[in-house]
Amino acid sequence: MAVRVVSALFDPAVEMGAFAAKNARSGAVASFLGHVRDEAGAVEAMTLEHYPGMTEKELTCRETEARQRWDLADVLILHRVGRLLPGEPIVLVQCASAHRKDALEACTFLIDTLKTSAPFWKQEERHDGARWVEAKPEDAARAKEWD
Amino acid sequence: MIRVLYFAWVKERVGHAAEDVAWTHKEASVLDLIAHLRSLSPRHAEAFADPSLIRVAVNQEHVRFEAKVGDGDEVAFFPPVTGG
Repeated sequence: MAVRVVSALFDPAVEMGAFAAKNARSGAVASFLGHVRDEAGAVEAMTLEHYPGMTEKELTCRETEARQRWDLADVLILHRVGRLLPGEPIVLVQCASAHRKDALEACTFLIDTLKTSAPFWKQEERHDGARWVEAKPEDAARAKEWD
Repeated sequence: MIRVLYFAWVKERVGHAAEDVAWTHKEASVLDLIAHLRSLSPRHAEAFADPSLIRVAVNQEHVRFEAKVGDGDEVAFFPPVTGG
């Protein structure tokens, strides 16, 4: 089980390198890295609030479900909380498997379902003030496709 | 007693992150709890003015408003999540 919720900046190259090295015997590694968007300069910073305890529980449930649905050698879900700046990494999902199909599908499943189930809330800081980001209907539709 | 938690704009509208609510009802649902919370203050009433904008977790699991709540539960109210 590898679920990490962190406030400090992480280095995607270090995380990906470590995961690849740890899973060198797996034939396939798939990764999804999400960055904070600046929305053409409009977003100055993003603060991620979460529900400590439930966040880890939900992410662990997602990992357990992924391991039941696909043949996975390893999984990492790394998500930041606190104040982030545009361009900074916000989420990293990695899956290792013997063949690419399991790793790729599980990676997509994890990021799609994390978005609609893990208790994180984004607040954007713009020049005219802060606003809570609204959930997108298309994210809910994508997550539902995995039901 | 029910431990009630608020997150994101629900927390901002209510004005605090957590509170303990005396609760002895048996067979009560989240909807009953919301009705009670709305009566606590104008800020609570505003936060829960449109419950369709709010999601709920009981003991850290997503549930529907029809779910039962009782003494000792931890109930969290928040907007739809936006992580990732």
